[in-house]
This record gives sequence, structure tokens and C-alpha cells, in this order.
Amino acid sequence: MNESPLSPTPPEGASHRWYPAGTHITVRGLTKRFDGVTVYENFDLDIAKGKITSVFGPNGCGKSTLINMISGILPYDGGQILFEGKEAYETRIGYVFQNYREAVFPWMRAIDNIRYPLQFLDLTKTERQTLLDSVVNSFDVSFDLNRYPYQMSGGQQQLVSIMRALVVEPEVLFLDEPFSALDYEMVLFLRGILQKVLKEREVTTLLVSHDLDEAVLLADEVLLLTKRPTRVAERLVFDAPRPRDAETTVTPAFVQTKTRALEIFRREVRA
Amino acid sequence: MNAPHWLHRLRPLLGAVILIAAWALIHAAGAVDPVLLPSPTEAAQAFWKGMTEGTLGADFGKTIVRTLSSFAIAMVIAVPLGIVLGASQRLYESIEFAIDFFRSTPASAMFPLFLVIFGPGETTKIAVAAFGAALVILFNVAYGVMGARKQRQLAARVMRAPRWRVLTDVTLLESMPQVFVGMRSGVSLALVIVIVAEMFIGSTDGLGQRVMNAQMIFDMPEMYAAIFAAGALGYVMNLLFLLAERRFVHWGGK
Repeated sequence: MNESPLSPTPPEGASHRWYPAGTHITVRGLTKRFDGVTVYENFDLDIAKGKITSVFGPNGCGKSTLINMISGILPYDGGQILFEGKEAYETRIGYVFQNYREAVFPWMRAIDNIRYPLQFLDLTKTERQTLLDSVVNSFDVSFDLNRYPYQMSGGQQQLVSIMRALVVEPEVLFLDEPFSALDYEMVLFLRGILQKVLKEREVTTLLVSHDLDEAVLLADEVLLLTKRPTRVAERLVFDAPRPRDAETTVTPAFVQTKTRALEIFRREVRA
Repeated sequence: MNAPHWLHRLRPLLGAVILIAAWALIHAAGAVDPVLLPSPTEAAQAFWKGMTEGTLGADFGKTIVRTLSSFAIAMVIAVPLGIVLGASQRLYESIEFAIDFFRSTPASAMFPLFLVIFGPGETTKIAVAAFGAALVILFNVAYGVMGARKQRQLAARVMRAPRWRVLTDVTLLESMPQVFVGMRSGVSLALVIVIVAEMFIGSTDGLGQRVMNAQMIFDMPEMYAAIFAAGALGYVMNLLFLLAERRFVHWGGK
């Protein structure tokens, strides 16, 4: 494990793997083109450790593209992405897809879905069981995990897919519009429980959302992106106390942050 | 007014009842030479007698064994090959034409070739049927693997599953419905080829040979009995595969 230096600039002789303290993910000179269209060009980004960062921006600016490149499921044309100096494949990653229907394994019971990623870690049987029990307890699920996904509601399936992502105690969790296909009641429930677990476990989280309320509500920091070629337009810190719920959305701090985000968003869409 | 419940249950049999009734009617009216068209009862008697006392049962069994042997051989060859082809786009593209060509070639056209290779025995019948079935299964498995949606594979990759585990744990299961389509078409085709082979490649047993012999001596009830046996065999095999699919691919269509 690298020891993180304390100065904000690389000390003399620091390797290219140097990263500032408190930073988990460093993106440097990232470049990505789709059929000759440049989506990212020389893009830099630092993501704080143990925080929830929401990614918000105009349609087509490449929000999902960004987290897919960082999580290692989408190749990029240039640049470097490191997790405390490590590559993506050396990092425990959890990923929750928007479309849970095509992400959970319908041929396995819910509990076996959640258990699935544990077999790829170098752990003893007891350690695996401990991790499994721990995630099941954290989420305190009220439905039967011995059912198959197709016997469950959409929200329950997405909850299973979130538990599957978190069972390995990931260093980084990626959430790609995880609640956008669910009914409102379920969304409120999942937002609540997810915040609780993420804060308990201090997981560095990157959340893509197309819903500004959600992006602000869940975030420690909102990352606002521009149109293509994409740059960081602004980073807004939102430090309201947790747990945050529907009540939070009427507090002055929330309204202020959201209004500011909206201004920047409008400016960037027009630009 | 609703008909009683049991009437609804019997509705699927209506077509069969009409067919047999029409047959009996035509026979009774003497519209067709009774030598060519015996009564349904005569045909049913021939079937029953053949099954209980005669050799129909033995021929039936012989055809089943041949069909299932060729199907089993086809599966052993075609499933692994189909997976490999489906998993590699480049490999598939390079031999797609060859597969498509042979798939479009009637397997019966290959009889003479297989006769030269394997001689006029049991092997030829099974080999040609296996050949035909294998091609159908092969391209269905390959299509299933190729067409498997990518997101679950991606999910498995991000959970650190090695490539071969993604294939066995996700892609293969994802392609199961298409594999079952291939298995059903494969076993039906194997039956067709076995019956034809029994008719024309020096056979002394099997349903195909039985149909042919009955026709030559104008024993029409016997012929209809053998045809019915072949039909029932095809139907039951298809049904068994459907039931197996529903049990195994329990998540299908949900």
C-alpha cells in the first residue's frame, strides 16, 4: 500500500502514481472518442475517499461513459486512472447498473446472486459467510432471499443487485442511475438505506443521476459536467447532516445548492 | 352461457376428432378405394396388434434408439463447437458461409457420400442423422451465445469473474433458450433423417422400413399404424424437450 504524502503537490522524485492525501481516484489526461467524436480530451479529476460524489450534466456529455471508464468496464483511448495509486483491476469494485432486470442472474436465487462475487476473492469459507451475513444484516431485508429475482419486485431486485455490489466490501462503488426505473416509494426507501450503509462502511461512491434533486440529496459533492468535449463545470459541496430524506429537500441549504447547480447546468446547456 | 370446465380442457383435441370423423365418413361413404383408405378402426387395430403381438414395438424401439444415438452424437460435437464459435466473432465470421451452406444442403443428399464412407450399415444412418442434427444445433448454440445480452457478462466481469467463468456462469445460461430451440429442431431433424434412411438404406427394421414394406404389399392398415407411430414419436420427443426446457430454463420469459 502506498503511503499518501501530505503536501498538495507531488514531492520531488514522486512517481507518477503519486496522489494527494484524502484522494481516492485520480483521473489524468483521460481521452475518449466514439467514432471520431471526442467525448473526453485530456480530462483530469480527483475523487475524494469515502465520500459520495454525484455526477450530473447535460444529456450525452458522457456521465455513464465516465464511470464505466473509471470502473474498468469501458476502455479509453488515453490517460490514466488510478485508485490510491493502483489500477482498476487491483481494486475491489462494486457496480450497480440502471437496468437491474439485465444485471441480476435470474437463474440464481437472490441469496446466491449476492454470494456470487465472493468466490472470486481469496477468502476462506468462514470469511465469505461473514461478509455475506454482514451485508444481509446491514440492509435488514424484509423479503425472502431464497426467491428467484423474477419472483421479486423491481425494487427488491435492485436491492439485491446493490447488495451483490457491496458484499465484497468494495473500495469504490459505482451507481449508474440506480433508481431511475423504480416507483417513487421504492426510490425513497432505497435512497435511505443506501445512504445509511454507504456512510457506515465509508465506501467511496460515484453516482450518476439524471435527477438533480437526487444528485444533490445523496451527495457529499456534486460534480457538474459540461457538454462535449466534457470538462468539469463546477464542483459543489453539500454537507447537510445525514440521514437525509424528503425533508432535506426543503431546507435552505439544499435549495441553495440545487439552485446553484441548476444555474450552472442551464449555462452549460446553452453554451 | 359458459360451457362446463372440462369442455374447455378438451378443446385442443377437437382438431383430431374432426380429422378422424372425416376419415371415418369418407371411408363409410366409399369415396376412396377401401384398399387405399381402410377405416380408422382397422388402422387402430393394426397399431394395437403391432404393438402388443407384432413387431411394431420392436421397430418403434429401433427408430428411437437410432434417433437418440444420432442426437446424442450431434450434441457432443455441436454444443462445444457452437460455444467456441459463438464466443469468437472472428472465428464465426470466417466459417459462417461453410456452416450456412451445409445447413442449407438437404442431409438426405449426403446419403450416398456417407454410404461410401461408412458402408450400408447402422453407422451410416446414425452418422447422416447426427450430421444433419449437429448443424442445426451448432448454429443455434452459436447464435445463442453471440446474441446473449452483454450487461450480465459485464456485471460478472466487474465482479472479477475470469473470462471462462463468464462464459460458463453467464453467457451459456443466457443462451439456454436458443440452445433448447436447437435441441428441439435437432431431434426432429434426426428423426426425419433416420426414418428416410430406414426406408432406403438396406434396412431390416425401424419404422421407416416398416412403412415402406407395408406400402409394397398394400397392407394399408399396417402402413397407417407405422406412420402414426412415427408421428407420435416426433410429437412426444418435442413435448419432452418443451417440458425439460420449462423446468430447466425456469426464468425464461419472466
